[in-house]
Amino acid sequence: MAKRIDVNNVDIFYGNFHAVAEVSMTVEPRTVTSFIGPSGCGKSTLLRTLNRMHEVIPGAHVKGSVQLDGTDLYAPGVDPVAVRRVVGMVFQRPNPFPSMSIFDNVAAGLRLNGVKNKGVLTEAVERSLVAANLWNEVKDRLGKAGIGLSGGQQQRLCIARAIAVEPQVILMDEPCSALDPISTLAIEDLIGELKEKYTVVIVTHNMQQAARVSDQTAFFNLAAQGKPGKLIEIGSTEKIFSNPDEKATEDYITGRFG
Amino acid sequence: MSVTRTGNTEALDPEQSPLEQHGDVSTPMPKLQVRSRPTVATGTSEPRTGVRLAKIRRTGDRVFFGMSTGSGVLIVLLVVFVGVFLLALALPSLLANQANFLTSREWTVSGSELRFGIAGLLWTTVLSSVVAMAIAVPIAIGVALFITQYAPRRVAGPLAFTVDLLAAVPSIIFGLWGIAVLGPLLVPTSDWLSSRLGFIPIFAPGIRSPGTVFVVSVVLAIMILPIVTAISRDVFTQTPRDHVEAALSLGATRWEMIRTAVLPYGRSGVISASMLGLGRALGETVAVMIILSKPADNSGFAPSLFAGGETFASKIANNAAEFDTPSKTGAFIASGLVLFIVTFAVNAVARIISDRGHARS
Amino acid sequence: MSVTSTDQVTFTRPSGARAVKNSLATVCVSLAAVLAIIPLVSILYSVISKGFSLIVSSGWWTLSQRGITPRREGGGIYHAVVGTVEIALICALIAVPIGVLGAIFLIEYARGKKAARIVSFTVDILSGVPSIVAALFIYALFITIFGWGRSAIATSCALVLLMLPTVLRSTEEMLKLVPDSLREAAYALGVPKWKTILRVTVPTAFSGISTGIVLGLARVMGETAPLLILVAYGQGINYSPTSDVMAALPTMINSGRDQAQQMPGYERVWGAALSLILIVMALNLLARAIARMSKLREK
Repeated sequence: MAKRIDVNNVDIFYGNFHAVAEVSMTVEPRTVTSFIGPSGCGKSTLLRTLNRMHEVIPGAHVKGSVQLDGTDLYAPGVDPVAVRRVVGMVFQRPNPFPSMSIFDNVAAGLRLNGVKNKGVLTEAVERSLVAANLWNEVKDRLGKAGIGLSGGQQQRLCIARAIAVEPQVILMDEPCSALDPISTLAIEDLIGELKEKYTVVIVTHNMQQAARVSDQTAFFNLAAQGKPGKLIEIGSTEKIFSNPDEKATEDYITGRFG
Repeated sequence: MSVTRTGNTEALDPEQSPLEQHGDVSTPMPKLQVRSRPTVATGTSEPRTGVRLAKIRRTGDRVFFGMSTGSGVLIVLLVVFVGVFLLALALPSLLANQANFLTSREWTVSGSELRFGIAGLLWTTVLSSVVAMAIAVPIAIGVALFITQYAPRRVAGPLAFTVDLLAAVPSIIFGLWGIAVLGPLLVPTSDWLSSRLGFIPIFAPGIRSPGTVFVVSVVLAIMILPIVTAISRDVFTQTPRDHVEAALSLGATRWEMIRTAVLPYGRSGVISASMLGLGRALGETVAVMIILSKPADNSGFAPSLFAGGETFASKIANNAAEFDTPSKTGAFIASGLVLFIVTFAVNAVARIISDRGHARS
Repeated sequence: MSVTSTDQVTFTRPSGARAVKNSLATVCVSLAAVLAIIPLVSILYSVISKGFSLIVSSGWWTLSQRGITPRREGGGIYHAVVGTVEIALICALIAVPIGVLGAIFLIEYARGKKAARIVSFTVDILSGVPSIVAALFIYALFITIFGWGRSAIATSCALVLLMLPTVLRSTEEMLKLVPDSLREAAYALGVPKWKTILRVTVPTAFSGISTGIVLGLARVMGETAPLLILVAYGQGINYSPTSDVMAALPTMINSGRDQAQQMPGYERVWGAALSLILIVMALNLLARAIARMSKLREK
């Protein structure tokens, strides 16, 4: 299931604005990698290039290559829609489809991609909700509206929706920033379980969270406002948090800046 | 790291992925070229088979984009066609016209010789609409201010609803009510105005019936009241809170606050709304047709508000059953074309004013 | 009212001219509000008082006017309701897809582009085109150029020009309210854009789109001018949209309004007017009710 990601010399632009410069990194399958760094350092932008979601914004383009088990996501002939079926994403704010029930939300990815078989859908919905630690809470009200759930439940619903299409990689863009501490804990536990099957990349503002959930941590920074963001350091979470190579990383981790 | 990197990759494999089994993407996809190059991170040169990410059959996207764009283009074409076709059919009659189209008041379109002009129609149309606007706009501003600045929520909601419902009344019912109920009530007012101000041509005494331009103007004013009110209401509610609070904190009374904060902010919106209302009034057909008395053929020019007359729209509607010869039809279409051009201009100005207002705020 | 301290601060009302102006403004504004209600009340009163006994009489909603002269009592408006509804539905059948797709073009495909500005501008122009001009355009196209006769369908086509802007604008407003996060959520599931629009964006905006459609229907049902030019009024029941004779409530009112008062035919005009107002107002209330159901309201 899980896939390895190789980012080679990636530069990201919004129109003429150079948002992220020269990033190279490798994300091993079945690991959790977190991106940390101050606001505007390009960590979310980079995350979005891993499933070409940045293309939703007009004028955004990428130089360099992002490979998924050796296949370049930016090679000519690659369909961004196909990329996103393989690399799923969970967003900052829970965004269940308001016009759909809990069941329909989880089934949405499959249905919209043409799966009609009721048995397949029911099986996938249950499997995904179980995997997202939400099944016990919602199994009696699958027909109710998804927006009726609490924030934390909605976010787990969105995770269930993302894994229902059986992606190889799950990207999470600050998935807990809109949640209370208890819901955050539930999501963090879940991330720990997800890496059994998936490659997970998570952007977070919360350094404790990065330390708690990830195997590998990447620190991003930008020299000044208007300058492109850069990858300063990447390494095992343990190393980054205890003995980073770069002074900037240490300053950020210890809260001396940022 | 225990992932298989050879052979077909898993998720999009037809054997395993439900997407592939049931989807509309089940056509064989060209496989992406196998790329073999050492990766920076691992340094291995082991060739890998890629994930299949090639173009899925995306007819849906192309068809849907085409249909949406087509609809957009069709809407633009419709407006262009309205102008083009009206011009095409009006042109032969305009060329055969023996009278001056713009300055003549004649309307002889049945015989062998075409003599027609729109001066009278233009006068009545513009007069009735401008007077309607002069009546409606102050009231609409008042209502909009009342709803947004004065009334408690319990009153504001129902009042806004009532004014909106007025917009739902079909125009033929305005006509019916105007001639049967409102018109007779306005006769004394007309008499009084013409007796005091009769020396001014537009207040000159005219006919003593409800079928006057004045009654039409009042009915048109009522008809455009909802649209002017609704738009004014919208712009007034958008007045920035800090402008209002700044005025109030300086000790302004409610009215002073409105004059210094609300009205200046809403100005372009109100002007634009008035233009839209004017456009509606210019083109209103059936209410005018029902109320306005048609003067006898070739009677003298009566510029008064208290005379009868015909507008572009009422003239065309009155004669709708008699479009028998192309030249006759062409004459009516020519007057319709003028109406189209006038309303086009008025609406375009309304749009430009409101765009400028948005740009500034 | 005053505070005793070294500097006296007073909290009295503003003095003289300012207070007078303020009260005057309050009076004027309130007066305008009262004035604005009077027409609707008067219209409803006249129509109800003159038409109510007829619309509750037997046969009013089920019979036509076939064979009934202005001097005779009886008959109903069934034929006219059939025509009004049929013409409006055919119109909606054409206008709704174009309007909804046009709004999708503006919001989903051309947002912020020059093409969107051009289309949006023409929609404003279209919404200002007088109904009589729309009717003349269809007359020119269908009857003079194509050589077809007058028909109910021609009327529907003229009404399309009037319904399109209503449907398009309300759809556009609702699509604008759909948060981008929902579109992104669908894209992130690997859903193509067109399916995202069709299955996520449009259903989310559904109530607003229906509101626009119902308001558009209400508007075209009350239109008279295109009917006058493009189809003849007949007193019998006709279901065929290609026929050149079809009744509708506005033309039923128009054909009877010249009769002498006191005649049964003239009373029926008010009955038809009340019926038309009831149908149109009911649609407006329905539109409002649908709008309340919107899932996007809290945004």
